[in-house]
Amino acid sequence: MTKEIKCVVWDLDETLWDGTLLESEQVRLKPGMKEILHVLDERGILQSVCSKNDYNHAMTALKERGLDHLFIYPQIGWDAKSILIGNIQRELNIGFDSILFIDDQMFELDEVKSVHPDIFCMQTIDQRTFLDIAELNPKFITVDSARRRSMYMDDMQRKQDEQTYNGPKEQFLSQLNMEFIISPATEEDLARASELTVRTHQLNATGVTYDHDELNRFRQSDSHRLYLCELTDKYGTYGKIGLVLAEITDTHWHLKLLLMSCRVMSRGVGTILLSFMMDQAKKDGKKMLADFRKTDRNKMMYITYRFANFKEIDVREDGELLLLENDLSVVQKYPEYIRIIVKER
Amino acid sequence: MEHSEPAVLIRGFIGKHLVVFDDDATFTDEDHIFQMGFVNSLFAMEMVGFVEREFGITVEGDDLDIANFSSVRNILRFVEQKRTVM
Repeated sequence: MTKEIKCVVWDLDETLWDGTLLESEQVRLKPGMKEILHVLDERGILQSVCSKNDYNHAMTALKERGLDHLFIYPQIGWDAKSILIGNIQRELNIGFDSILFIDDQMFELDEVKSVHPDIFCMQTIDQRTFLDIAELNPKFITVDSARRRSMYMDDMQRKQDEQTYNGPKEQFLSQLNMEFIISPATEEDLARASELTVRTHQLNATGVTYDHDELNRFRQSDSHRLYLCELTDKYGTYGKIGLVLAEITDTHWHLKLLLMSCRVMSRGVGTILLSFMMDQAKKDGKKMLADFRKTDRNKMMYITYRFANFKEIDVREDGELLLLENDLSVVQKYPEYIRIIVKER
Repeated sequence: MEHSEPAVLIRGFIGKHLVVFDDDATFTDEDHIFQMGFVNSLFAMEMVGFVEREFGITVEGDDLDIANFSSVRNILRFVEQKRTVM
């Protein structure tokens, strides 16, 4: 493992607890397990359950032990575990290579791996050292990581409401009271900003990661602009979900970095942040350049740029690294269902 | 308005997925999609996927010009071109 794990998926019988629920109510949590679950939660690592059991029976057992609230999208049923884990991955919209699956049955691990080869698996864990595993120790623990689970839980409610809403999408979106807040990065924001460069893949223009000190230099530089954005709606906040870095030259605003958390993709905020930057550059009487590095996951970002009227003007490194330009003759307007709030430095 | 099967499919897709600025907006085949509605990243990605799937073509980097996707008419023309090349 080399990447940070974003979600740990637990089997129940003989993994989370000793014993088999169907055979006896007397299952006992493995020693140290409660602490492990809580520490992972505090670190902002999501957790779910994948177990072949009766749903109500197993959830009641978790509830009695005061643990049910820790698990997001719990998958308890009789389908193949590859299907159950596929459900979790789809709901969370994260890569399989950031999921760790723990199950005492080798058969289950093999079955899951055969369908999702990128997932990480463990058959047993040593409760004394498990929390020391590097991939379970995120580089940053920010306000956003500590409340990650609750933000995902808000998301579950949103999705449910959206699925049961029978009206035009526009109407649904406009009753969410969304506010999109764009502000220059402060020193307190830098850990989160750096975390975003590491965690975001799909809506990420370059995949370049920056550490705290580098970002701090850009923040203080007169020839750079570094903005973070936050999205809130009637359910709560999505947290700080987007980041953009531009270098100001004599002729252009040059976007070095543009990224947006995948949780807010369906709200269209990636395009809003881009439109905001284009607006600013236009007011400054300049054109815009943007770096784009192809990865296996960021095609959406490329399409976003192209559909915002960016043209390729230079190709390097066998087509992997692109330079895009926009004369800013057309800037897409913001949708009415989101209020845009711009904070000044 | 064109009533061929592809035209109906494309209009149907846009009607279902695009968040329009004006609730009562009606579309002609020439209307500029990017001005009538809010084209966000997800819609853009879905639209490219839809065109590839539905018409059996591959949209290359060079094809991702806004002009190819800006109206029902332009999408039809683009699909036609791609198919002739194949």
